[in-house]
Amino acid sequence: MQNHILSIILFTPLAGATLLLFVPKESKHAIRWIANLFALAGLLVSLPLVPWFWQQRFTAGFKFVEGTANNWIPSIGAGYVLGIDGISFLLIMLTTLLGWISILSSWTAIEDRIKEYYVWFLVLQTGMLGVFMALDFFLFFVFWEAMLVPMYLLIGIWGGPRKLYAAIKFFLYTLLGSVAMLLAVLFLYFYNFHQTGQYTFSIPALYQTAPKIFHDPAYGVEYAMLLFFAFFLAFAIKVPMFPFHTWLPDAHVEAPTAGSVILAGVLLKMGTYGFIRFSLPFFPDVVMHPKVRSWMIALSIVAIIYGALVSLMQKDMKKLVAYSSVSHLGFCTLGIFALNPAGLSGSVLQQINHGISTGALFLIVGILYERRHTREIAEYGGISNVMPLYATITMIMFLSSMGLPLLNGFVGEFTILQGTFMENRTWAALAVLGVVLAAAYLLWLYQRVFFGTVTNPKNEKLLDLSAREVLTFVPLIVMALWIGLYPKPFFQILEQPVNQLMATVRPNYPGASLAHASTPAASAARTGGQATMIPAKGSN
Amino acid sequence: MFFLDHIWLIPLLPALGAAIMLLFGRKLEKSAVSAISVGVVVVAFLSAAGVVIEYSAWAASPEHFHQPFEKIVYSWLGSDTGHLTYVTKDGTAARFQADAGFLIDPLSSIWLLFVTGVGMLIHIYSMGYMAHEGGYYRFFGYLNLFMFSMLTLILGNNYALLFVGWEGVGLCSYLLIGFYFHRKSATDAANKAFIVNRIGDAAFLLGMYTLAWYFRSLRFTEITQLARSGQFQIGDPVLTAAALLLFVGACGKSAQLPLYVWLPDAMEGPTPVSALIHAATMVTAGVYMVARSNAVFILAPTAMKTVALVGALTAIFAASIGLVQNDIKRVLAYSTVSQLGYMFLALGVGAFAAGVFHVFTHAFFKALLFLGAGSVIHAMSGEQDMRHMGDLHRRTPITHWTMFIATLAIAGIFPFAGFFSKDEILWQAWSSEGGAYRLLWLIGVVTAFMTAFYMFRLMFLTFHGTPRMSPEVEHHIHESPRSMTMPLAILAACSIFAGWLGVPHSLGGSNRFENFLRPVFAKEALVFHAEEPGQFAAGKKEEQHTDPTEYTLMALSLGLAVAGWGLAWKLYRGAAQGYIEPLAAKIPPLYRTLLNKFYVDEAYDYLFTGRRKLGRVRLGVLGLGNASSWFDSRIVDGTVNGAGWMARAFAKISIWSDRWIIDGLLVNGPAIFARMLSYPMKLLQWGLVQWYALIMVLGLLGFTAAEMGLLMWFGWIVGGALAAVLGYFVARLIARRVHASRARKTIVAGAAD
Repeated sequence: MQNHILSIILFTPLAGATLLLFVPKESKHAIRWIANLFALAGLLVSLPLVPWFWQQRFTAGFKFVEGTANNWIPSIGAGYVLGIDGISFLLIMLTTLLGWISILSSWTAIEDRIKEYYVWFLVLQTGMLGVFMALDFFLFFVFWEAMLVPMYLLIGIWGGPRKLYAAIKFFLYTLLGSVAMLLAVLFLYFYNFHQTGQYTFSIPALYQTAPKIFHDPAYGVEYAMLLFFAFFLAFAIKVPMFPFHTWLPDAHVEAPTAGSVILAGVLLKMGTYGFIRFSLPFFPDVVMHPKVRSWMIALSIVAIIYGALVSLMQKDMKKLVAYSSVSHLGFCTLGIFALNPAGLSGSVLQQINHGISTGALFLIVGILYERRHTREIAEYGGISNVMPLYATITMIMFLSSMGLPLLNGFVGEFTILQGTFMENRTWAALAVLGVVLAAAYLLWLYQRVFFGTVTNPKNEKLLDLSAREVLTFVPLIVMALWIGLYPKPFFQILEQPVNQLMATVRPNYPGASLAHASTPAASAARTGGQATMIPAKGSN
Repeated sequence: MFFLDHIWLIPLLPALGAAIMLLFGRKLEKSAVSAISVGVVVVAFLSAAGVVIEYSAWAASPEHFHQPFEKIVYSWLGSDTGHLTYVTKDGTAARFQADAGFLIDPLSSIWLLFVTGVGMLIHIYSMGYMAHEGGYYRFFGYLNLFMFSMLTLILGNNYALLFVGWEGVGLCSYLLIGFYFHRKSATDAANKAFIVNRIGDAAFLLGMYTLAWYFRSLRFTEITQLARSGQFQIGDPVLTAAALLLFVGACGKSAQLPLYVWLPDAMEGPTPVSALIHAATMVTAGVYMVARSNAVFILAPTAMKTVALVGALTAIFAASIGLVQNDIKRVLAYSTVSQLGYMFLALGVGAFAAGVFHVFTHAFFKALLFLGAGSVIHAMSGEQDMRHMGDLHRRTPITHWTMFIATLAIAGIFPFAGFFSKDEILWQAWSSEGGAYRLLWLIGVVTAFMTAFYMFRLMFLTFHGTPRMSPEVEHHIHESPRSMTMPLAILAACSIFAGWLGVPHSLGGSNRFENFLRPVFAKEALVFHAEEPGQFAAGKKEEQHTDPTEYTLMALSLGLAVAGWGLAWKLYRGAAQGYIEPLAAKIPPLYRTLLNKFYVDEAYDYLFTGRRKLGRVRLGVLGLGNASSWFDSRIVDGTVNGAGWMARAFAKISIWSDRWIIDGLLVNGPAIFARMLSYPMKLLQWGLVQWYALIMVLGLLGFTAAEMGLLMWFGWIVGGALAAVLGYFVARLIARRVHASRARKTIVAGAAD
């Protein structure tokens, strides 16, 4: 089982999609049930991964590796190779969870062409999982592009009034980046051949040769930077980083609720995942180049503050949440380019947190939209009176999104900010403004939608959440509380890949010496102990 | 050791209560709600007492002599393996870690006792006060959540956990200020409170990181130990920055200049909330945090001076606004801001114990004043404007007498609680650093006079003079139920006696309060030994206390307090319907400025929030937001759409050039040209017999004409005819083309419709 667990997780949704093809499109009930069962199955098959992964969380390298290099198309050196580390493990779990939740949330929202809808959604699910699992760049690229099509169709067919504009913008923008990345990879591919005499797209193999370009007299800094930039373009558009972000609000506003949940929850993470998986280990010297790094940081900080400011002024709830994503993802990229263990692990954790809280925020907006068919903030007011349960859940998720301690958002932001602070005080001082602004735009939104009395007669008869709707929120709230109260397991899962990255990118980072000094067992004894007196021994 | 070992139960109990209320409260009976939520706080109070008693015994034993007691429950932030590191200022690695750990020492003992004690009384009081309000369970749920956060704040053993409580109390404050969420003013005030606090919190975060960067840890004990180790220079700029950042955080939470603006508005919340959160406990969190960080502040004299100065200025600034306010709760709110200023003044001059002492006494008398005000509002059917009160002392005697005691206490009348704590602060301001702070002392003394004046003004306007309310309201005036008056009575007793814990040596006391706190604030690392208990007796400072100046100053401030009382008596004792504020009559501009709170809210709205426009320009955050939105849709998205438009324009040009240049001119052009050339040839071989006959005839005619020498004429005629025919065909060809392309366009257009 353990040998093929990744394939099983990867293809369960696709199997569902295939099965759905044989169901007549008139039997809507059957389609809904099958899609939901497969989405749930997708989550369930991924659960055994948790204990299995937990046991080997501290071991180095990729785990659950499946397939060997170049086994798929040997002539060009492409392979069907899957494998995960702590970072992709968390993102995979997030994907299976959010996939199930979004499909569940579509039950009543989608009435039109539901067979195609669920087929595409399940295909999308496989595409996203593949991106996080692939250890071969060819395979990665196939999934990366394959996932675009279903998303394009989800927006383009089941979207709002400007769906075509939004879908095409999304597709073309992302494709632009992908093309740049493809060119860069081909360069790496041939460079690898030059170095080793072997054609291969295997990512671990490219890890060995790609960093050498920087020091290669034949190419040097300029080439390395250009290649970095090509990757950057692909990932920055996907994240999206300022100023490549404007496809996001349009795509979100037009996409159906479940599409938005997946888009914000998982698709954006591919950008940050790309930075971590490719940009950092392929081009460690470029990333550490002060100019490049300060640009990356500057763009992240601008995204944090600017995204929040624009968010503050939005009149459409979904657009507001979309811009808040820009701000939150700014924290994620900031953590990545802080390039220290706290920054990196905070960043990955914040990606998970963002998936949980922003996913929930889009569900929240979707619930009102389904009832009233408008997302204009001005149309609402006093919703607390008619939908108290909904108001409570919204408050919890808003608090999680604005980083209130003991909920998930805080842990991520705190860790990222601490990591950033240790690199540069000014960066941290600027980024921390995002925390203030997040409170402003979310609380103001809450006040306008939920507080006061119901002034719009159309809102008087709104129904509170149904059991199914509550069910979609329960796992998210549980996760938010878990990460907020007891994030230690997450930090432990991230520790090995993060330190691995540090060893690649900043081998001289002082923490590296400490990283091998103590063992987990030693510290377990420390916290398990009884009440401790203050140690009287001197300082460090 | 049961209580000490299970110290985490103290915050957990109210958390449990809150969880029950917020999950199932809707389905519970009111009595069950009261029983659970008040019950958990009572148990928390008893456990707190148990903890303090056990700690005193523990700390008195020789092996733990006056050490703080720490209990780490689990590792919260970080991987707990030691492999997740960051680099500190000196370039070495430190663990990224923060524990869910609890700490008890004399400082947190004091907070623990009065927070749970006052909290318990206010919970009991709320049962009566909120009995007729909707959302009873919600109210108690939030109140319990607040107790959880506040207890986490004071029991956490590191800055990160303190921050958990810190933000938590901010959240509860937000929820409770906005409790009446139908009122726009309430939710506005709630947002303001949270966001202003967040500004402070952001600075606090940065201060916390600075400490972690410098001291390699977020734990209080480790930071304190390192700060006192003598490795750091006094006036170290990084430490100064850290202390100042922490203090900005404290300014937010404890409502000091310039971040005090949220507190007066916070009076929109139910009155028990004002008493608990916005008077007795939460707003003192800033004082707690600075006192907790005393080892760091001591190393940063600039920060200390800032604290003292901001404290003194806030004290007099808020007191002056309080002089003329008409809303009974607003007067008390400004009074709270002003008293908090005193506390920071004390911290700033290095008299940490005096500041904490004032927090302690203030908790009782200010909670009492608010609860009394609540009782008055309750009796007045919700009226808060003192201009419509008067002569209540007959109808609400318990409220009147308890509030009178609290007023004596806050005004600093001997021997009530406030006298001892405030006097200690003033004396410390006078005597510290060889008198460097005498100007601040002066401000403090003037503020003391103002305090007495506005408090007695409040008492006279509310309880004396002629009744100024409407007859219906007057008819309903009644003393509050037992559940409300009982807490008043207990708090009144505390307002008398709490000060006696800190009677200075000059008045024959032994200042037990300060001695109790000595282990926390000792400037050097503590090296006490059990064999030398005498260490606690007479120190250097106590000898100073016998200074005759102290008696003079004491008499002076007492005299000023009595003068304030007298002035208020003179001006307000006979306030009748439609009385005119004496200040409004004498100096109207000053009165207006004070009444409008120095227009600070307006200025902030113009400059920082952007809720008001300055002329045609909007500044502040909203202005920036507008500008960013414009930039986003016009410039950033404009560029994207522009690129799209450019691509489409190029496509159109390509299509045009494809059709007309490439296809039209270069491909079809030669074809048309060839076809045109072919017409003359065609004319020769048309396959029409008549035509051949015509040609023949023409040929014959040509020969004939040539014979006759008329060839020229003939050529002209025939050439002209041929040209006409050719022209006709070319024209037909073009006409057909144009027609066909038009028809195609119409079809496309039709399909598009």
